[in-house]
Amino acid sequence: MNIAPNRVEIHNEWDIVRARQSGRERAKELGFGHVDQARIATAISELARNIYLYAKHGEIIISVIDGEKRGISIIAEDNGPGIRDLRKAMEDGYTTSGGLGAGLPGVKRLMDDFDIVSEEGQGTKITAKKYLR
Amino acid sequence: MRIPILKLYNYLLTTIQVELDDQTAIQFQDDLLNKIHETGAIGVVIDLTSVEIIDSYIAKILGDVVNMSELLGAKVVLTGIRPAVALTLIDLGIRLKGVPTALDLEQGIEKLRQELGE
Repeated sequence: MNIAPNRVEIHNEWDIVRARQSGRERAKELGFGHVDQARIATAISELARNIYLYAKHGEIIISVIDGEKRGISIIAEDNGPGIRDLRKAMEDGYTTSGGLGAGLPGVKRLMDDFDIVSEEGQGTKITAKKYLR
Repeated sequence: MRIPILKLYNYLLTTIQVELDDQTAIQFQDDLLNKIHETGAIGVVIDLTSVEIIDSYIAKILGDVVNMSELLGAKVVLTGIRPAVALTLIDLGIRLKGVPTALDLEQGIEKLRQELGE
């Protein structure tokens, strides 16, 4: 299996589709079931959309976790405006873009591990992981 | 990319068989509303059997389409939502409240008939 990370640059809405397709394929190769494939692809879709909406461009990096536990790691990174209030951004229903506000708390529920680092004016880096059971 | 919308008596039937990008979803919203307006359809079935992913954005568009269609006097039923998609929507915290759903196309049409008293 090719275990080099897949990097998908996010500049427009079609990149969102490319990123989630790439993630779904990788999840399938790794042996994730249908439901987890959908969870992983949806999480990528949400993260890529956040980049597109708030930072305009950034990158989704999909890689294989090949340690004691095997799984998939999704990194969403941008140099956008950053998130002013992280605690609020993690609340259900909170949105500054007029969307459904499912964004980050939703992604956290879809995945097993979720980590976010954000600096106002510097950008945001989110790492989300899902492990094979 | 355009999603075909078929007219059958007073109903419109459409089955989404492509990966929904934002543009396709918005175009579909426009096309469906225009078609309801043109044909005076009173019921719409949107079949999602082939849709593998519904993220919060697509969910919002689908929810909007249902509400907008009702403003034009057409009842919409979503059919064929896959189990994996349903689980994912719940994880995302999306409830699609008030959106009628049915297991498949057949039951979708049955539901429309009941709701419209036909």
